[in-house]
Amino acid sequence: MDILRFITAGSVDDGKSTLIGRLLYDSKNIMVDQLEAIEKQTKNRAEGDIDLALLTDGLRAEREQGITIDVAYKYFTTPKRKFIIADAPGHIQYTRNMVTGASNSDLIIILIDARNGVAEQTRRHSIIASLLNMPQVIVAVNKMDLVDYSQDVYNNIVIEYAKLARALGLNEVTYIPISALKGDNIVERSAEFQWYEGQSLLHLLENVEVEKVINLDKARFPVQYVIRPQTEALHDYRGYAGKIISGIYRKGDAITVLPSGATSRIKAIETDGGRPVDEAFATQSIVLHLEEDIDVSRGDVIVLNNDLPQTAQELEVLLCWMDSKPLIPGNKYLLQINSTSVRSVVKEIAYRMDVNSLEKNYAPAQAELNDIVKVVIKTALPVVYDSYKDLRVNGGAILIDETSNVTVGACMIQ
Amino acid sequence: MNNYHLDYLDELESESIHIFREVAGQFEKPALLFSGGKDSITLVHLALKAFRPGKFPFPLVHIDTGHNFPEALQFRDHLAEQIGEKLIVRHVEDTIKAKRLTEQKGKFASRNQLQTYTLLDTIEEFGFDVCIGGARRDEEKARAKERIFSVRDEFGQWDPKRQRPELWNTYNGKIHKGENVRAFPISNWTELDVWNYIRREKIELPSIYFAHDREVLEYEGQYVAISDFIRIDETDIIVQKKVRYRTVGDMTCTAAVASNASTIEDIISEIIATKTSERGETRIDDKVSEAAMEDRKKNGYF
Repeated sequence: MDILRFITAGSVDDGKSTLIGRLLYDSKNIMVDQLEAIEKQTKNRAEGDIDLALLTDGLRAEREQGITIDVAYKYFTTPKRKFIIADAPGHIQYTRNMVTGASNSDLIIILIDARNGVAEQTRRHSIIASLLNMPQVIVAVNKMDLVDYSQDVYNNIVIEYAKLARALGLNEVTYIPISALKGDNIVERSAEFQWYEGQSLLHLLENVEVEKVINLDKARFPVQYVIRPQTEALHDYRGYAGKIISGIYRKGDAITVLPSGATSRIKAIETDGGRPVDEAFATQSIVLHLEEDIDVSRGDVIVLNNDLPQTAQELEVLLCWMDSKPLIPGNKYLLQINSTSVRSVVKEIAYRMDVNSLEKNYAPAQAELNDIVKVVIKTALPVVYDSYKDLRVNGGAILIDETSNVTVGACMIQ
Repeated sequence: MNNYHLDYLDELESESIHIFREVAGQFEKPALLFSGGKDSITLVHLALKAFRPGKFPFPLVHIDTGHNFPEALQFRDHLAEQIGEKLIVRHVEDTIKAKRLTEQKGKFASRNQLQTYTLLDTIEEFGFDVCIGGARRDEEKARAKERIFSVRDEFGQWDPKRQRPELWNTYNGKIHKGENVRAFPISNWTELDVWNYIRREKIELPSIYFAHDREVLEYEGQYVAISDFIRIDETDIIVQKKVRYRTVGDMTCTAAVASNASTIEDIISEIIATKTSERGETRIDDKVSEAAMEDRKKNGYF
């Protein structure tokens, strides 16, 4: 059994909450007491329907109180997989939440209301999915019950979306007609869709390959912590603790420590708090020992020599701005990527991307909350990275405002 | 599928170890909040994997309400000794006396809220800048939104409006003086994940997690252990029951479940079959909704 992390995108009216509720409910991941709580809240009890949207709406009360709507995480398990859902709100003003939820997801479900077709929201969500290099996209055409399960309606939407997907470079797109409200094609294939030859949504989620999300070729090991017991028995023990974010490491492999460039070989690999192994792979947390006694500390990246990452002090970055204070060129921030953080300055904003039209507005004076901009960032020390498009796990960084300590930006390094 | 493939428990474990090491790498003075319950025992097990053969870069800290199960306290001391790590215990009783705090009254008067005072004093006493806890996002709706690194103000308060975006696996641990972070390494684990992990790793647990005979009071469909900390009324019916605990909190506010489960396998089977959530089944400090649920049950809901 493995884990699939996915995000659902769609405006409130597209039935996103109902879909998540339906997945949890039909896969029997809801408990009686939780169900009773929502039965009590459901307004149309007389009709005997339960408002499944309420299952996910710890958010609703918060909205009424005027609290910022935020990403919530939901969990369900089937015999095949554990699922982690990043439940991000879809309004235009919550682009930052969608970026946050998408950053940890392997797959995105984009909901389209069958009555409306590809809408502005759909475009925006798809653009964000492409910017974040989402490995898999499922386009779920919802509310098919309201268009009489019409194949024509569905086909037209598929044709229209396929054009958008091509323009955005989204390759792995799967389409499915559903009715979240009625439960059609959610867990079981529905008899309402005689013309649909694919699988149910849950079946798709259970069987989509997630292995391809993990890169096993480019070996990257950011050092998080140095273990030095300094006891009599373990006087010389010096282990570099971290998580392999990509690639495979084997005993005897020639390595380079970046950004210093020092080289050595792997003397030993340990897992489980001291158990030696001959090889380890992403995404295991391990301890590495090197042959030579070289200077390695938190923030360094240990890589294999066959495929080196970039090391630079000037980065071209696609940036999603997440703070209510604007980004002004010349401002200084901490840039954090994996276990490294360095001082940095945003030198210039090359352009702002219109997330509705993909048009570029060149050289804006500043960037506002939820803007996506292309910037050049200069760092005080060399940063070890890969292009986000090639290796997501080593190409995403955050910007921290050193005066407020708040995370203000999500960087996708180009 | 290739050979380089992690099982879901391996992936959760690695994610948690990564979080532990980020805490150790980013903070000066961490602490691990240890209650003697299964979630914090799992945390200790993960910390062993993250830091051995080195010592933990933090002590275990227990805020003792004085209402704990004796079995949990014994286990706490036994575990700390077994792994050779420092254990700091601070007592709510002492805070009540020193600060002249008023205790809750009533049948199941709980020290749950007073705990916070002792915790904040302890944080100040030792200058902890981060406290690692065993909370999980599947426990309740508010928790579902909490970050893995959750910033608290100087009163220890969580402000959902001030939550930082948390992207990729990059955790921002920067804080101002006086602020504090709560770090939750098992945020993405569910109750069943924890139990499956305990089974796989053969993690030792306090005896009260397994079925045992106990004198309990039946209250609104729940079984509450007889102890000096609850008020027993004349109308109360005290029975001898075979029970186990699904969660371990204070004796005053944790209910037992009727069970014959004597092994981890039995417990997992029962949890898979149960129709009630962890909180719903074992919390009695949320009386309003529990009572409401009880009424509906009486009305024949199931």
